Amino acid sequence: MIRVLMGQIKQYRRVSIITPLFTALEVLMEVLIPFVTASIIDKGIEAGDMGQIYFYGAIMLVMAFLSLTFGALAGKYAAEASSGFACNLREAMYENIQTFSFSNIDKFSTAGLVTRMTTDVTNMQNAYQMCLRIAVRAPLMFLCSMIMCLFISPRLSLIFLAAIVVLGIALFLIMGGATKIFTQVFHRYDDLNASVQENVSAIRVVKAFVRESFENEKFSKAAEGLYRLSVKAEGRLALNNPVMMLVIYSCMIALSWFGAHFIVIGDLTTGELTSMFSYVMSMLMSLMMLSMVFVMITMSSASGRRIAEVLTEKADLTNPANPVEEVPDGRIDFNHVSFSYKHGTGEETLRDIDLHISSGETVGIIGGTGCGKSSLVNLISRLYDVTEGQVMVGGRDVKEYDMDALRNQVAVVLQKNVLFSGTILDNLRWGREDATLEECEEVCRQACADEFIERFPDKYDTWIEQGGTNVSGGQKQRLCIARALLKKPKVLILDDSTSAVDTATDARIRAAFARKIPGTTKIIIAQRISSVQDADRILVLDDGQVSAFDTHENLLKTNAIYQEIYETQQKGGGDFDQPVPEA
Amino acid sequence: MRENNSKAPASRAGVKEMSHMLGRVVGYMTRYYKWPFLIVVLCILGSSLVTRRGTLFMQTLIDDYILPLTQAASPDYGPLAHALTVMACIYAVGIICSYTYNRIMVNISQGTMKRLRDELFSHMESLPIRYFDTHAHGDIMSVYTNDVDTLRQVISQSIPQVINASITFITTLFSMIILDIPLTIICLVMVCVMVFVTSRLSGKSGLYFARQQKDLGTVNGYIEEMMEGQKVVKVFCHEDKSLEQFKKLNNQLRDSACNANKFANVMMPINANLGNICYVLCAVVGAVLALGGFSGLTVGGLVSFLMLCKSFTQPVTQLSQQMNSIVMATAGAERIFDMMDEEPEADNGYVELVNARENADGTLTECSERTGIWAWKHPHSADGTVTYTKLEGDVTFNDVDFGYDDKKIVLHNIKLYATPGQKIAFVGSTGAGKTTITNLINRFYDIQDGKIRYDDININKIKKADLRRSLGMVLQDTHLFTGTVMDNIRYGRLDATDEECIAAAKLANAHGFIKHLPDGYNTMLTGDGSNLSQGQRQLLAIARAAVADPPVLILDEATSSIDTRTEKLVQDGMDRLMKGRTTFVIAHRLSTVQNSDCIMVLEQGRIIERGNHDQLMEEKGKYYQLYTGNAISA
Repeated sequence: MIRVLMGQIKQYRRVSIITPLFTALEVLMEVLIPFVTASIIDKGIEAGDMGQIYFYGAIMLVMAFLSLTFGALAGKYAAEASSGFACNLREAMYENIQTFSFSNIDKFSTAGLVTRMTTDVTNMQNAYQMCLRIAVRAPLMFLCSMIMCLFISPRLSLIFLAAIVVLGIALFLIMGGATKIFTQVFHRYDDLNASVQENVSAIRVVKAFVRESFENEKFSKAAEGLYRLSVKAEGRLALNNPVMMLVIYSCMIALSWFGAHFIVIGDLTTGELTSMFSYVMSMLMSLMMLSMVFVMITMSSASGRRIAEVLTEKADLTNPANPVEEVPDGRIDFNHVSFSYKHGTGEETLRDIDLHISSGETVGIIGGTGCGKSSLVNLISRLYDVTEGQVMVGGRDVKEYDMDALRNQVAVVLQKNVLFSGTILDNLRWGREDATLEECEEVCRQACADEFIERFPDKYDTWIEQGGTNVSGGQKQRLCIARALLKKPKVLILDDSTSAVDTATDARIRAAFARKIPGTTKIIIAQRISSVQDADRILVLDDGQVSAFDTHENLLKTNAIYQEIYETQQKGGGDFDQPVPEA
Repeated sequence: MRENNSKAPASRAGVKEMSHMLGRVVGYMTRYYKWPFLIVVLCILGSSLVTRRGTLFMQTLIDDYILPLTQAASPDYGPLAHALTVMACIYAVGIICSYTYNRIMVNISQGTMKRLRDELFSHMESLPIRYFDTHAHGDIMSVYTNDVDTLRQVISQSIPQVINASITFITTLFSMIILDIPLTIICLVMVCVMVFVTSRLSGKSGLYFARQQKDLGTVNGYIEEMMEGQKVVKVFCHEDKSLEQFKKLNNQLRDSACNANKFANVMMPINANLGNICYVLCAVVGAVLALGGFSGLTVGGLVSFLMLCKSFTQPVTQLSQQMNSIVMATAGAERIFDMMDEEPEADNGYVELVNARENADGTLTECSERTGIWAWKHPHSADGTVTYTKLEGDVTFNDVDFGYDDKKIVLHNIKLYATPGQKIAFVGSTGAGKTTITNLINRFYDIQDGKIRYDDININKIKKADLRRSLGMVLQDTHLFTGTVMDNIRYGRLDATDEECIAAAKLANAHGFIKHLPDGYNTMLTGDGSNLSQGQRQLLAIARAAVADPPVLILDEATSSIDTRTEKLVQDGMDRLMKGRTTFVIAHRLSTVQNSDCIMVLEQGRIIERGNHDQLMEEKGKYYQLYTGNAISA
């Protein structure tokens, strides 16, 4: 995991190395300054020598300026390195996600990906910056102070060697315990947020059933749990400061006692004693900092793991070595195809499908939820790979094509389709970037989208909100169809793409297809018999298998499933939905 | 080509807003934790005084104990030992103080957070539907996830730090003044410089932090949108384009993050070294004074002063460190308090819904147990009498006008009359106002003009909770809660027994699929019931309404495509639920429309046709068009 993440430092390697260097220099200055301070006191003030005072004062000023410069530079480079690292992480994740196949995408939720790319990366950014500065600073500070102390008085240094061991063990115990509880706290925290989320989206249900106080109680109970755990975790951390003080003060007293003895013997000067005091302080402070870094890193390691998961996810579909760029025609063949979302589990979504569709044919697909309709068509544009058998388009195995070329010539209008924020024209041009306005208008006429677009004040420049929330479901579906038509595909697949369009308009769209794109193979998945009954042939799928593949008339006579669906819809299960005028 | 409207308009926090916000947060803390907070302040004071005492001890240590020792022929360590023992005791007090305030602070900060969350949540629950319709859900969530979190930082770290730093600053200043006044002035001047530099730098970094939050919001929005549509991106081979756009936004974020952190990082070394410079100045001036014997400053006094000088500038450095989190939290606290300050749903109703028992003479008396008969308890303020009206489910609209804001009226002159047990269907295109009408009956929104009467009582006089209790709702989008299937059905009536819930499930046709779930009625549902199909979720929603058993129903038929078999189950479930109740239904299905007692055809906020199926077909108007347009292909 660490190697994967480190791999994203890339162009920021230089600043990432410079930062600790400057930090080291800064620390060096900081360590030396008390030494000079001691000299000012001993050689200047105590000796009453103004010349020495000016001399050491000047040295200290220079050092302060140097320390300032080094510190400022370290701070600047740390900011550059960490924000650059975060930027690379986000980009690498985004880039990798773009290579994902459908089955890779299915593994991650949208919300999960968003959190990974924002909150988790921000955590990493902070941890990285912390590492570059404090993780260098603290041990170095510790080391230098230690050396200085040994330099001044090796024997006195023994006192805090003991102190450090005590403090180290104490901090380790406190932190170790706290970290474990903190992980639990974070889980509770996620649960709490999930319940808020639930309430925000279901507020109408809450209010309709007058469950406000019930929900308040539920929330309060969850918050209480979080409170108890947090207090437990932070209560442990509250020991940090007192333990630290205990050790420092013990050192001070011990130092005063033994220091006094040494001064009397003449082994130590009063100035040196004062410097010792500050070195003790900085040594213990750096231990404290280290323990904080330790906590930070443990906490951010969860984020790191989640990021690495995305980065190491390998796309499971790849282009062949010598890809075919051109789909010759709209022929489609399924040769004994079986398909499973989870390889090796034996749960087959499609079993032994053998179908042959000729170019230009219109095929309807009908069947219950979960019978494999969408899975079947997703194989045609190689959104998933078959488990067994072979899918052929234009007489060639889909695996031989360049994936982009295949998908440009086999257009799919997905069941769960989305529009993006931007104008209608922007959205249409996803189909083909260089399409002219006339071409866009033409496809909109075919998809019966022109009638409502023309009624918008800004027409084709109308702004679509994120997710297309400002157009109705039926309008959205028609725009998505128009967008796909713009590709001028050899095969057009509509995966339940007219469910929110009223039946009359639905019929007009199909009529337009027959008239305008007769050469394109059209595959229409629908719930409504009316949407497929005039197709050349209708495929009835049942539990992953072909039940029948025939014309409407023949199916009515021979196929029981088809008859049943037809019967229920005739009795009035059809949609009574938005007709011509739309607000 | 795509423009992202940022989600987090981080306001630039000025000093005024900042102190206002801090004041409000502290007010919040002290409201519930007055005494503990006082103890904390006292303990911080104590521990800080001990630290000061320690520093001052250095003076006595060198001047009074060590120097005499060096001069004595046979050094007597007795006084030193005594002094150190005293110090040890003082230090012990300091440590106890430190632990006490750290520990109490945990309770205060976590407790305040809990109360804040509770209050925020219960306040949110009290807000009108309008609030949720006009605020992006992501933004509301972000108050809980991001903003409350930044506030936690401030409460648990910044506030104690600020108190500690101020106390240290004041006590140190006091001891410095005692030691030497001219040197103190030098220190004060340096501190002014530090404060100036800090405020300049933190102003800058605050600006960039605000920009960073904004850029983060933009990136967040973009990722959300593109990830949601990732499959579409794939199908249209749009990967490169989408990456290119992302890189642009990502680089913007990197730059603002870099700048924000840069200024924040630089603050610390600058302040620390200004402290060092101050030290040198004091040493030089102090030496001149001490050696010249001008102000009676002893060498030991100067040494102590120099130590004090360090601890004098330290709080300023510490405070500057806290500035960033305070700046960030100010924006967060603003959003939290914005939500807290939002006006809750007003309710001036006084008519209550009570259980009743019918007397032999047809009058009603109130009772506490569930009788199956409900009555409206209507107190009359004029003569102090109370009348009981039986709950029947009779709803009338009298010339109702409504608009989501006063300027734009979307429903005009709506008149309708539903007698108990009648089924009223609304048909019309999207945006014609069908859903809006149903939002008025349960007072999710209040009307601009006209009157809605329920059992001949103006609904404005009925307590909202009681009004809603008498109405059942099945919404188009089904929302389920985390919990078992049984919990979700019982949501309709909390005191329903398991048997009643199962009976409701049977009525709603949900029993069949629930039986086949791994744990039956005890199957846990999570993530809004994501482990169920759309149709199954609808069946549960119907069961939930069934267990509530209300006299009036509002149904919004789902248009989403569920397969024919499940749809039939849903359909039958709904039909059974509607039996014997006054029902308002937003209809999408022919069968629902056909057997309605009255069909309202809505267009652009007006009822343009009304009547039953046969009458409307006769009229050959809009309804006829809709129906036959459908019939062509059906």
